[in-house]
Amino acid sequence: MSRVLLLGDEAIAQAAIDAGLSGVYAYPGTPSTEITEYIQNSKIAKERKLHSDWSTNEKTAMESAIGMSYAGKRAMVCMKHVGLNVAADAFVNSTITGVNGGIIVVVADDPSMHSSQNEQDSRFYGDFALMPMFEPSNQQEAYDMIYSGFEISEKYNTPILLRITTRLAHSRSSVELKPMREENKLKLPSDMRQFVLLPSIARNNYKKLLGNQIYFIDEAENSSFNKIIPGKDKSLGIIACGITYNYLIENFENHISPYPVAKICQYPLPDKLLKEFTDMCDEVLILEDGYPFVEKQINGLFGNSKIKGRLTGDLPRDGELNPNLVAKALGIKENIDLKVSDIISNRPPALCPGCGHIDVFNSLNEIMADYGPGHVFSDIGCYTLSALPPLNAINSCVDMGASITMAKGAADAGLLPAIAFIGDSTFTHSGMTGLLDCIIEKTPITIIISDNSTTGMTGGQDSHAFNRLPEICLGLGVEPEHLRIYTPLRKNHEESLRILREEIAYQGVSVIIPQRECVRTLERKVKSKKAEL
Amino acid sequence: MKSDIILSGVGGQGILSIATTIGTAALMNDLYMKQSEVHGMSQRGGAVVSNMRVSSNPVASDVIPMGKADLILSVEPMESLRYIPYLKPGGWLITSSSPFVNIEDYPDIEKVKEEIRKYKNHIIIDADSIAKDIKSARSSNIVMLGAASPFIEIEESLFIKAIESIFKSKGSEIVAKNIEAFNLGRNYSLQNKK
Ligand SMILES: Cc1ncc(C[n+]2csc(CCOP(=O)(O)OP(=O)(O)O)c2C)c(N)n1
Ligand code: SF4
Repeated sequence: MSRVLLLGDEAIAQAAIDAGLSGVYAYPGTPSTEITEYIQNSKIAKERKLHSDWSTNEKTAMESAIGMSYAGKRAMVCMKHVGLNVAADAFVNSTITGVNGGIIVVVADDPSMHSSQNEQDSRFYGDFALMPMFEPSNQQEAYDMIYSGFEISEKYNTPILLRITTRLAHSRSSVELKPMREENKLKLPSDMRQFVLLPSIARNNYKKLLGNQIYFIDEAENSSFNKIIPGKDKSLGIIACGITYNYLIENFENHISPYPVAKICQYPLPDKLLKEFTDMCDEVLILEDGYPFVEKQINGLFGNSKIKGRLTGDLPRDGELNPNLVAKALGIKENIDLKVSDIISNRPPALCPGCGHIDVFNSLNEIMADYGPGHVFSDIGCYTLSALPPLNAINSCVDMGASITMAKGAADAGLLPAIAFIGDSTFTHSGMTGLLDCIIEKTPITIIISDNSTTGMTGGQDSHAFNRLPEICLGLGVEPEHLRIYTPLRKNHEESLRILREEIAYQGVSVIIPQRECVRTLERKVKSKKAEL
Repeated sequence: MKSDIILSGVGGQGILSIATTIGTAALMNDLYMKQSEVHGMSQRGGAVVSNMRVSSNPVASDVIPMGKADLILSVEPMESLRYIPYLKPGGWLITSSSPFVNIEDYPDIEKVKEEIRKYKNHIIIDADSIAKDIKSARSSNIVMLGAASPFIEIEESLFIKAIESIFKSKGSEIVAKNIEAFNLGRNYSLQNKK
């Protein structure tokens, strides 16, 4: 069997291919993007014609996967943690429908918010949807969990959630591969009403799901991914979830803990195993790379004085864990004498030199100077970096699509002018519905869709808006004379000022589309063209 | 053996190519490794760091604990100082001398170098000029790898093999240039380490 060096994300992708996947559905989002990109670039995936095109957003991705499962085939959905908020409706209902072909939902959480606006913990969603979950501690486990996860999904008629965090997604190690399995055959569900969630049917399905919980727990009790590693010193026991297991054993010689350890990588929590473990130890430290999900459950409503973790202050309440934080919680003394010199400056990320967004902001800033601060609602993409100096151009970034709808709310409240600044990919992800709201009400709003023909922030994936942005806007009902397109270049500065002035003056919906390709994406395309020659 | 290496630089400088080369050499030597990378937002011209851990025993944590790194290898001088708390006592700090100035408050480069010189075990190398001199400006990261190589317990020949396997597809001339770059970096460190 072969060993290969793979990122956590790549191990997941390879495992899915090897397990007989028929389609991956995803919208890009750090740190999950590389899973789908790996499948898009895989030779065998191409030969098998596996579906791997990007979806418009996480909800369409999740629903397409349910459709593929309905048809009897194995499907995987990938997203970053906040993507699960978008997909939540389909996600939560997917345990009620159950599956025909197996479904695995991979969600990559981002504790410490390396590239995100929050650090929500997807395990709560899994619990909420009553879905079995895996949380690998390393690349090999990620591979193995996906490989066997599809079988569990089909055996218990439920989607599976695989939760990873940034560190595992973007860490490389060697992985041993298993033999490649055939894809499932096309096959309708045996019960043709399984996917019809009318109340009468849903009630029945839900009861079945509730009844299945004991089997899910049983799987977790007997899982090879959950285990107790004995230790002599029972004054303390440690429950280590997912990747925190590595941070724990890093602190001990030969990686052997003197304390008993319960390594937890599969949920719902194995209560018998954890009860025995907790009873055996005087105190228990809980390590979780995320919210105190396990800690809260073991504490219950009335607390448990034995338990230490993020809620007791033994570990920080927020942020990613690491070996040093775990050492501190264990009372291990460390000598870290070297301090960062104060001559060092911060080096935050910034828009690339030559980026078209910069030209748009230069014009917008000049115009907005007349109105004072606080009128520009923006969104999530490279352009969000304009919130920082030197541009200081935008006043909001909440979730994908919120620029248009927040500007609408502010305009409704009487804050005029109200400007929305959004990117092309974010617009098709979640901006179109908000635009329709504005059109229905003829809201006085100026929407700038800064179209760089790509999904820049996540590395330049194809944008669904490509070549169809004006048509989408017109189709939704934007008046042709208030749909303005121009090329954001320094030489067109005067033109852009004029357009902005005219459209801000218009007391209805205006859409301005500055159109120029992302310089990074362009550069990459030129490079790969050259390589082909 | 065990080498825990912090690789640092600025998004876009290509520190991952150094990591890939070390990783390839480590695999050829049947060593265990974990390498944690930075993707996402900070790649857009921000400070980036990669943790490279190579060992004859299994590697546990994907990130190097503070106070445990054997080596900081930086392709930018100010960035080499950002991760100082990770360096173990007596660890080596190896950095390129060329500042990458994309911020307004970049400190005086002489002060940065002064700060680096406070650590006894340091190498400051003008990798950009060395690479330019051999008319292979893009090999500057391989010069840096060469400069770090005497401090990593992997045989020189394996690094050369790794370079060969990575650049093979680009033609023998590019392979030769990169081996030359590697050797120049390596010799510089061998001559300048005290
Ligand atoms: C729900 C959700 N999904 C995915 C992401 C990750 N993400 C952040 S910005 C972005 C795309 C931005 O593309 P676009 O709006 O075209 O702007 P650009 O970065 O190209 O300037 C993505 C996919 C996210 N933050 N939230
Ligand atoms: S990646 Fe593209 S869109 Fe993003 S800042 Fe750079 S040039 Fe602009």
